[in-house]
Amino acid sequence: MFRKLALTALTAVALSGAPAFAAGEGHVENIRFSFDGPFGTFDQNQLQRGLQVFTEVCSACHGMRYVPIRSLSDPDGPGIPPDQVRAYIDQNFIEVWDADLRDYRTATPGDTFPANDAAGAPDLSMMAKARLGFHGPYGLALNNLVFGIGGPEYIASLLHGYTGEEVEQFGAVLYENTAFPSGLISMPPPLWEDAVEYNDGTPATVEQMAEDVAAYLMWAAEPNLMDRKRLGFTAVILLVILSTLLYLTNKRLWAPVRRAAKEQ
Amino acid sequence: MSGIPHDHYEPKSSGAKWLHRRLPIVSLMHDTLTIPTPRNLNWMWIWGIVLAFCLVLQIVTGIILAMHYTPHVDLAFASIEHIMRNVNGGWAIRYIHMNGASLFFIAVYLHIFRGLYYGSYKAPREVTWIIGMLIYLMMMGTAFMGYVLPWGQMSFWGATVITGLFGAIPFVGDAIQTWLLGGPAVGNATLNRFLSLHFLLPFIITGLVIVHIWAFHTTGNNNPTGVEVRRTSRKEADSDTLPFWPYFVIKDFFALAVVLVGFFAVVGFMPNYLGHPDNYIEANPLATPAHIVPEWYFLPFYAILRAFTSDVWVVMFASWITGGIVDAKFFGVIAMFGAIAVMALVPWLDTSSVRSGRYRPLFKWWFWLLAVDFMVLMWAGARPAEPPYSTISLIGSAYWFAYFLVILPLLGIFEKPIPQPATIEEDFKEHYGKSGSKGDTAATPAE
Repeated sequence: MFRKLALTALTAVALSGAPAFAAGEGHVENIRFSFDGPFGTFDQNQLQRGLQVFTEVCSACHGMRYVPIRSLSDPDGPGIPPDQVRAYIDQNFIEVWDADLRDYRTATPGDTFPANDAAGAPDLSMMAKARLGFHGPYGLALNNLVFGIGGPEYIASLLHGYTGEEVEQFGAVLYENTAFPSGLISMPPPLWEDAVEYNDGTPATVEQMAEDVAAYLMWAAEPNLMDRKRLGFTAVILLVILSTLLYLTNKRLWAPVRRAAKEQ
Repeated sequence: MSGIPHDHYEPKSSGAKWLHRRLPIVSLMHDTLTIPTPRNLNWMWIWGIVLAFCLVLQIVTGIILAMHYTPHVDLAFASIEHIMRNVNGGWAIRYIHMNGASLFFIAVYLHIFRGLYYGSYKAPREVTWIIGMLIYLMMMGTAFMGYVLPWGQMSFWGATVITGLFGAIPFVGDAIQTWLLGGPAVGNATLNRFLSLHFLLPFIITGLVIVHIWAFHTTGNNNPTGVEVRRTSRKEADSDTLPFWPYFVIKDFFALAVVLVGFFAVVGFMPNYLGHPDNYIEANPLATPAHIVPEWYFLPFYAILRAFTSDVWVVMFASWITGGIVDAKFFGVIAMFGAIAVMALVPWLDTSSVRSGRYRPLFKWWFWLLAVDFMVLMWAGARPAEPPYSTISLIGSAYWFAYFLVILPLLGIFEKPIPQPATIEEDFKEHYGKSGSKGDTAATPAE
């Protein structure tokens, strides 16, 4: 019966995986981001470029209501000096709703980025953590163990995943996109060649901008990523030392007991 | 306390004597810490200390999180982001709490399966087992309600699905569901009571853990041979046991430190691996996620819940015999709770007189198949409720019940066990006598 069940299960696994894997999941390519892996760190220039793409393109429709503007000065993040952050607010006319004034006012670094519900577009604060880029195999999530959750990869793949085809459904225009799960997305292609002009001279290709803004959104979703990895290393190193010491203590403690057991 | 002869605490100084006459608390602590423990315990006996550590870790981090969390449907999600971004070290506390729940369940499942393999549930340890099952149920309740608090999409829809189970109870289901939720649907009242209960239950668990420890300190620990410690003389007892402190405390701490290396690697390098991305989207009652998946540790039982659809013959039969009162949904709920109930009743379902699975050649196969079955159910629970996953879930569920209700009762009658060692001392000596030369690298008795 054991063999029968095992065979049944194995056959079922083998038969089931393929169609379920293909259905309803867009194509997300694995991009090597600077923050991948335990040693990865954010690339400050890339975050600044990503902020530029977000400010000049994405923020037209999307908000980022949970990210404090002051965190742009974070040395692990974009690392923009506080006076330049204030200049950034002024240049981009960033306004927030003030409940006390019952009016909009110019934002301060202490405010969060404004929400933007005008176009019904989702907030981007946690977008890089709210999407699963990689799946499987067979629902075992092993790919996530190797490649990560894949949020930024999903965002980048989505931004340059447009095929150029348009479909009209129920009076709305949908755009074909290879990364979007259903294949048809209501967001029009947001990026085009040289949509922004980078200060550092990086050529603004669609792929470049997509990766930059994906990296920026990963930082926005996980501003403590580098602190977190430092905590991981500190904790792991200290615990390895502690384990070694406890191992030696334990060995020594049990040595007489084991010797006695051996001798008798 | 365990009836095993050993040294008891004697107050020496006049101050100690004064306190001992009024409150023998030092004596209690001394006897608890120096309890004679079978010297042949292997590495599967370390999960208790890991679990105790998890309970303390979750309570400490949870209390800190509660200082910054706002239980309101409009503010809860934002308050979690406040913890993640503005509270000093808040992200670390939250990631430790989130993944601490997973460590807690990894440890409890290994602890339970260790008990199932070595027959730790058998007489005279049935009460320890039952209390353990109660702790496990409370843990599930606590974890479920804790997952609702961040008020993400999976929080909301998970809560909707799971509380909906109570709605499946015939006649009174709707009323019970409304009473549990504090309204017609998951809302602010639900969130508030879930926080209240999520805060309360860990302290009830703490109380149950104390009773759990009290119970097995009364009977003495089980051990890999399942052979009882000799209690007839002090000398024999000493040959079978060693005091808990320092021998097992140090051993357990070493194991805990190794487990924590893995835990902090997860917290530091992939804290969201075991979570669901949808929970970073604020709860929206108007948008249902494509797949509603509970946390990994509920998946085996979630698979059992979904396995019994209306086209399964037992469900049709149950529906026919009760005149339609037991429908597929209610049957699934009964099956899910039944799966845990049969596990709780295993002390009376296992008829074998041999305690440890080590000396039961046939049992071993069925046990390991149960362990595989558990993993298969966990996997099937995360897949969509459609063929072939529904069939796999059904086969898996059937085996789960068959193991406890058919296989264990029959094995005790038909199985011919292999000889057991006469004493724990013999087992311990055999382990070190034979493998002693190469065993120098191993620090303690290990399988």
